[in-house]
Amino acid sequence: MCTVCGCGAGETKIEGGAHEHSHGHADGTVHSHGHGHDHEHEHDHHHDHAHPHEHEHPHTHADGTTHTHGHEHEHGHGEVHEHPHEHEHVHAVGGDLDYGSGPARAHVPGLSQSRMVQIEQDILSKNNAYASANRQYFDERGIFALNLVSSPGSGKTTLLCKTIELLKNEVAINVVEGDQQTANDAERIRATGVPALQINTGKGCHLDGHMVGHAMQRLQPADNSLFLIENVGNLVCPAAFDLGEQHKVAILSVTEGEDKPLKYPDMFAASDVMLLNKCDLLPYLQFDADLAEANARRVNPRLKIIRVSATSGEGLGEWLDWIRNGLQAQAGKREVTVDQLKAKIAELERQLAAR
Amino acid sequence: MHEMSLAEGIIQLVEDTARREQAQRVKLVVLEIGKLSSVAPDALRFCFDVVSKNGVADGAVLEIVDIPGSGWCLPCGQTVAISELYGACPQCGSHQVQPTGGTDMRVKEIEIE
Repeated sequence: MCTVCGCGAGETKIEGGAHEHSHGHADGTVHSHGHGHDHEHEHDHHHDHAHPHEHEHPHTHADGTTHTHGHEHEHGHGEVHEHPHEHEHVHAVGGDLDYGSGPARAHVPGLSQSRMVQIEQDILSKNNAYASANRQYFDERGIFALNLVSSPGSGKTTLLCKTIELLKNEVAINVVEGDQQTANDAERIRATGVPALQINTGKGCHLDGHMVGHAMQRLQPADNSLFLIENVGNLVCPAAFDLGEQHKVAILSVTEGEDKPLKYPDMFAASDVMLLNKCDLLPYLQFDADLAEANARRVNPRLKIIRVSATSGEGLGEWLDWIRNGLQAQAGKREVTVDQLKAKIAELERQLAAR
Repeated sequence: MHEMSLAEGIIQLVEDTARREQAQRVKLVVLEIGKLSSVAPDALRFCFDVVSKNGVADGAVLEIVDIPGSGWCLPCGQTVAISELYGACPQCGSHQVQPTGGTDMRVKEIEIE
């Protein structure tokens, strides 16, 4: 970017190199010129000489006038040079007003040293990096991780407790509980006999990849186990934050509105499974379960929907089977990792034997 | 949604870059916010001012470049302009529109000195 007029932003790379910029003059003429900068280097040798060099810029004004100007600089070796340069404008057509030729014109050396630095990074890239580290950890160990999301009061914790009761004899389970405050939920989970860790987000409205990474370190889940993350009750923010889970599972209860998937589409679009909970209450409510499913599929046509009731146990068989399938798939990934490691060991041993 | 966390993410990226470039001050931060990214620019500005306080980016100008939303409409078989996620296709009214552009939010560049 031109350091004085601020033009040409977005074209400069921090390494320096060629750039081009255009200037609007006060008289309405616009010109553009390209520079080749090859001087962003530092010399360590201390020759006491200076080398002058010249280069020329052709300019084309909007009014059709073209001018060329040359400028000179001297570079003393042994110093880091900032490379200021001055232009002399010589107009081919006389009479043009050139406000750029006064003392405060563009390209005044040393006026400003500000520069643009390209970042080009997704704002969530930091979280995504933590999330992919978590995912790799889960995959290598065959751990099936689920991120359970819903609004507050949909029955997530009750459903989790029921799921744990039914599965804890066949698979090792660890639970991470996210809430703004209190450790109530983690205590409810611990009462079922499996390890649980409460994360209080304080002012935060969601769990992020970094928090879950820490929770993993603390819980040390076993290979081929089930890792359940109950996110903060919030249908908006957790959708944007990947935790490294295999699937997000959205929970919608029949005491909410059928149009919730339309009102809060991000979460239902980000999820792979939706559990329609509290279905035992359907006879007492006006809730249209088919409409709720249709609304959810409108937002996410791939969504798998299971109608369940943590209280009556309805639908839980299908839910548990889905988890079992997931566990199996993750165990397969671990075997691949183990096979790769074994192959690597065999290869290293072969190399060692050859020496 | 969660503009405060996003503002913190922005500040981290900015401060990391400023440190790497040995900058004294950040004068300008340019963001690209997609129309479909569920970010409210005004809320983000407010949070940015709060989280940039007393850091290298204190007082920096926040420039937000809007990126228009686009999606692939299955029935029409073409890319259409959409103004909201999961919205209807402006041509055929179908909801089978897969968002393809304007869902990102990025820190594009910063000006430092």
